[in-house]
Amino acid sequence: MLKGIGVISWEFLTEMPKDGMTSGGIFPAIVGTLLLVLGSMLVAFPIGIMSGICMSEYVKDGFIKRFVTVMTNNLAGIPSIVFGLFGMEFFVNELKWGDSIIAGSFTLGLLAIPIVIRITEESLKSVSKTFREASMALGATKLQTTYKVVLPIAMPNIVTGLILSLSRVSGETAPILFTVAAYFLPKLPNSIFDQVMALPYHLYVISTSGTNIEASRHMAYGTALVLIIIVLMFNLLANWLRKYLSRKVKMN
Amino acid sequence: MEKQFKDKESIEDVMQMQEPSKQNRTVKIESRNMELYYGEFHALKGINIAIKTNSVAALIGPSGCGKSTFLRSLNRMNDLIDGVKISGQVLIDGKDIYNSKALRIEELRKKVGMVFQKPNPFPKSIFENVAYGLRVNGISHKSFIEERVERSLKQAALWDEVKDKLKKSAFELSGGQQQRLCIARALAIEPSVLLMDEPASALDPISTAKIEELIYELKSDYTIVIVTHNMQQAGRVSDMTAFFYLGELVEYDSTKKIFTNPEDLRTQNYITGRFG
Ligand SMILES: Nc1ncnc2c1ncn2[C@@H]1O[C@H](COP(=O)(O)OP(=O)(O)OP(=O)(O)O)[C@@H](O)[C@H]1O
Ligand SMILES: [Mg+2]
Repeated sequence: MLKGIGVISWEFLTEMPKDGMTSGGIFPAIVGTLLLVLGSMLVAFPIGIMSGICMSEYVKDGFIKRFVTVMTNNLAGIPSIVFGLFGMEFFVNELKWGDSIIAGSFTLGLLAIPIVIRITEESLKSVSKTFREASMALGATKLQTTYKVVLPIAMPNIVTGLILSLSRVSGETAPILFTVAAYFLPKLPNSIFDQVMALPYHLYVISTSGTNIEASRHMAYGTALVLIIIVLMFNLLANWLRKYLSRKVKMN
Repeated sequence: MEKQFKDKESIEDVMQMQEPSKQNRTVKIESRNMELYYGEFHALKGINIAIKTNSVAALIGPSGCGKSTFLRSLNRMNDLIDGVKISGQVLIDGKDIYNSKALRIEELRKKVGMVFQKPNPFPKSIFENVAYGLRVNGISHKSFIEERVERSLKQAALWDEVKDKLKKSAFELSGGQQQRLCIARALAIEPSVLLMDEPASALDPISTAKIEELIYELKSDYTIVIVTHNMQQAGRVSDMTAFFYLGELVEYDSTKKIFTNPEDLRTQNYITGRFG
């Protein structure tokens, strides 16, 4: 950690890697990671949130619900390398997207969907049924009750949970290994079908198989620190948003 | 005078036996041989009752006897619970609310408002709490909503206390104020029936008195059904009282009769505090 601080400088954050990754910066990896986080968000949130809402509000207790719950739990427990292999087979080869941001985003998104479903479902379930009853008793439909009463109340928890899931996604190496991550690519992507570098993979590369491991050691510390800071920032953001949203829904 | 309905007597027969002055007062709520099961559990057994327009009916009885269950079956709140089975008829304004294709469940709940035991305002502003029912029923005209909110808050005797802080969170109100807010919220969509499940049980004596006063005033425009554990309260606010015991409607008669000279021994024991 301390060794990382000395490495971090404006240049480190904004420059391309140089000299076989032993000097220069990690700018493309930072951009790559942020793009992948954004991409996986776009993939996982709509589907995951909708499914979570359905599971909590619409699907009656019974076989289907138990089945889906078991499946999402299983999916959440699968090692991320399996998602990586699936992503390579399906998105990269089958759909011929090649190693690309879009393939990586879908793979990471897939990994996040079960988590997003669980977070949404649990947050909605924790909303007291007295609010639902009050709404229905005023002649509101189920749909109105869900989006005018239940969702706003659950929103602080959902948002916090989702951001935390993002911080998990941003640190994953295995799913991007075969689907998007470039070993060394000192330029920014032009389209979603380009490869990018990403922080976790970059860290993995320069600390295990770089051109000169000893020479790039300090780069590894710096990269690790940046990754940690990004994750930390997600957590702080989550915290702040929860407080802000809680105030907004006037919950005391 | 009302009598407890035996199975062979139909409600109509009993109606005809009533004194002429009361005859033109129509029946607002009526149930015929209503049975309710929670899964296997038989919670309401053959309930027959008729509640007249613009009157207050109190439901009393020991804990777990089915008062809330009966009340919630009048606006189909029990539909929200899995595994509830209902048979027999529940009529409001002569329409079977469980088997009438013409009456959407949302329409029914608009007509039959409900106030819950614990105050349950939404985590929204005071204004939005009262406006909610209007909004979900498709009303968006701003000045109309404003007028209606003001009127409902006045009806619920809360206006003076909140008129300067309508934008504040409803959670900043005291428990008694919150309960009156919930009453205002229910009144805003102009129901004709108001169901109240122990509306004052979580409140202090002053708030309770306010709510009781309110019930008395609302009676001229609404038909009110109130569950209460408080005998004095039932005596003060209601015209008719129904005594429930173990899922049965044991006795239903004028409040005065129930409290002074009940027919059934079980009612008598309960009133005099021998069980319950
Ligand atoms: N959702 C439910 N599922 C299963 N059984 C229930 C449910 N709600 C109530 N019951 C049962 O039905 C019976 C009647 O309950 P209800 O709530 O109507 O009683 P109550 O007369 O309102 O009692 P209290 O005075 O304590 O509020 C009780 O035995 C209760 O255990
Ligand atoms: Mg009850």
